[in-house]
Amino acid sequence: MASNAPASVGDAQASPTGPATSGSGAPAAKKRGTSPRLTFRQRLSRWDVKVSPYLYVLPFFLVFLVIGLYPMVYSAYLSFFSWPRFGASHGDAVGWANYAKVLHDPVFHKAFWNTIGIFLLSSVPQIIVATLVAALLDTKLRGRTWWRMSVLLPFVVAPAATALIFGAIFADRSGLLNDLLHGLGLPKVGWHSNRPASWLAIATMVNWRWTGYNALIILAAMQAVPRDLYEAAEMDGAGRAKQFRYVTLPSIRPTMIFVIITSTIGGLQIFTEPRLFDTNLQHQGGSGYEYQTLTMYVFNTANSATDPYPRAAAAAWILFLLIVGIALLNFLITRAVQKRSHA
Amino acid sequence: MSKNSKSWRHGLAVGAVAVLVAGVSTACGGSDDSSSSGKGETITITTFGDFGYGDLIKKWNADPKSPFQVKETKIAQWDTWKQTLTSELQAGTGLTDIVAIEGDAMPQFLADGASDQFVDLSDKSLDNRWVDYKYKAGQTTDGEQIGYPTDAGPEAICYRADLFKKAGLPSDRAQVAKLFDTWDDYFKTGQEFVKKLPKTKWYDSSGSIAQAMLNQVEYPFQTADNKVNVDNPQLRSVFDTVSKYSSNLSTQAVQWSDDWTANFTKDGFATMPCPGWMFANIKSSAPKVKGWDIADAFPGGGGNWGGSFLAVPKQSKHQAEAKQFANWLTDKDQEVGAFDAAGAYPSNVAAEEELSSRNEKDAYFNNAPTAQILANRAKAVKPNLPFKGDKYSDILGAFQTAIQAVDDGKSPDTAWKTFTQAVGRLS
Repeated sequence: MASNAPASVGDAQASPTGPATSGSGAPAAKKRGTSPRLTFRQRLSRWDVKVSPYLYVLPFFLVFLVIGLYPMVYSAYLSFFSWPRFGASHGDAVGWANYAKVLHDPVFHKAFWNTIGIFLLSSVPQIIVATLVAALLDTKLRGRTWWRMSVLLPFVVAPAATALIFGAIFADRSGLLNDLLHGLGLPKVGWHSNRPASWLAIATMVNWRWTGYNALIILAAMQAVPRDLYEAAEMDGAGRAKQFRYVTLPSIRPTMIFVIITSTIGGLQIFTEPRLFDTNLQHQGGSGYEYQTLTMYVFNTANSATDPYPRAAAAAWILFLLIVGIALLNFLITRAVQKRSHA
Repeated sequence: MSKNSKSWRHGLAVGAVAVLVAGVSTACGGSDDSSSSGKGETITITTFGDFGYGDLIKKWNADPKSPFQVKETKIAQWDTWKQTLTSELQAGTGLTDIVAIEGDAMPQFLADGASDQFVDLSDKSLDNRWVDYKYKAGQTTDGEQIGYPTDAGPEAICYRADLFKKAGLPSDRAQVAKLFDTWDDYFKTGQEFVKKLPKTKWYDSSGSIAQAMLNQVEYPFQTADNKVNVDNPQLRSVFDTVSKYSSNLSTQAVQWSDDWTANFTKDGFATMPCPGWMFANIKSSAPKVKGWDIADAFPGGGGNWGGSFLAVPKQSKHQAEAKQFANWLTDKDQEVGAFDAAGAYPSNVAAEEELSSRNEKDAYFNNAPTAQILANRAKAVKPNLPFKGDKYSDILGAFQTAIQAVDDGKSPDTAWKTFTQAVGRLS
């Protein structure tokens, strides 16, 4: 490898001037590493081996630097300053005041619990149902491709369109669901004014969109499980349920962890659905902040009357740390579960 | 094969990095593509919703006498545009030469600090061009003209004549107008109405009535020196009145929500405050409903809802041209043209007169003389009322939310407490 590469690159680069030059480099390269005098071309090819891998990944990191890291670092910096609305630049340093303001804000507390509530109501049922749907799709169904494609259909629909449809279903007075409840003689539910009900409505939207997507990822993992494991389990007298419990679930664990972590991150950052579900004209998530989420809080704070950007930056950083914390917790739990099952 | 592909990939990587670096440096440094030569310049303008400027700008660009060309960017919603506008004002770059600003949000752009970011468009020769209250609404307290008024939203009352008849009320336009003299009359008639037709509510939403009443209070949220003062009896009285009638007279739906829209076709309500731009909205929400009419009256005097401004940010490199074009767009013929194209009722007095003299009647609204009615309504609006301090639109938002909370079934006292807390959070 090492003796090949320098010669080959030298060859290719020399080709316009003729093959004769490439011959001179070849003998030196035979004694690799020992030769004290390297030609410029040889040194170039050495750098190529060492440096070019970094060059290949560089574009990503450059882009990340510009649109990811820089805004992150700058928002951290900004969160320690004041900034009058419409001011052209930031004002004085205020220490941790912006963080204190956010942490003591009763609306932030509400947004925190709303986010946790919606997250639990969406992610937990979503993953359970997705696993069951995947297990059903993993059987010998007729028209398998058709079934598999159709579970992905909700994912293809734009979230704004989803919000329109569910907005009509969950409208408080004229909604389909409340008409149905009324017809059954049950009281109407205030989907936009009752806190748990609004969480449920938003979680339904999220689940409708993401269950099929997660099901397909889990299905891919299930199909990679060797079929002879099932045959062996069947020989041992395991039924369908037992096969699922003792063969399928352990085999797809890495994928499950992936799905759980991505849906945790997505769940804590939920924005589009509650924002479009919102009938409140100030987009604050219901008249009493019933379903304002943390990302909505960050977004709204960036438009508030006093120190909009620094406070939003502080809130964004608190949200970031929260997500890191929960992801870590997730990781520790899954590792503990894994260790126990290996033991 | 392997030799070639390796060097090829190497070259590609170097090329990609070079392009990237070049791209980044131009993105950071050189967004300055405006040519400084006089001829062939392009003035840019951003509007939201539909200002009806499409054909007007086409006409301007086609005219060989025009000193420069104009390019319009349309953004669907004010909310989206407001965010871009705010952040690019702060960034000091990125805005078009002319920007459109929504009327109710105007006070925050007139506040100290914000108004410094805009060019003073004062021009004594334009003093009598627009209706007075709209003209003043585009000025700062020390008289700088930040915005030229485009359209105006003088409010009349739209009502369902067919439902009025069913309820035993007069349905003729002139007689209905007499029922809407004061707010007390308006609510009293409403109570009679819902007694006769209990399935239909009296008005479309508590929010629109609250805003209309509030617009007749002199200092609803802030005193003349911009001090926040929401615990005043006038504001509390508006809140209590609307709360009191919430379950009886109001649909309790929030404006623009699904419930609100559904009520247009289901005989959900019988009356609503009606600025000119609402006419088109009623027609499209309830195309098959017959019986809508417009009364030339508004309880308690006048009211205005909406209507925008054109402003020139200081970051513009073509301030003189931008001012000239904003002047042209808000002149009589152009405001009439915008009305014909998009139904934006003019704030320009001469344009209003021309529309009145056309005396067009709207068949959908039982042949109501719409332009005539709106011209009368515009005269009823008092200038400088209410006082709009720097936090006007923020507090108005919190106030509307409190009204919504009452509609949602919370006790008025709780809602009021939440409101005062929300106002406290603004500082």
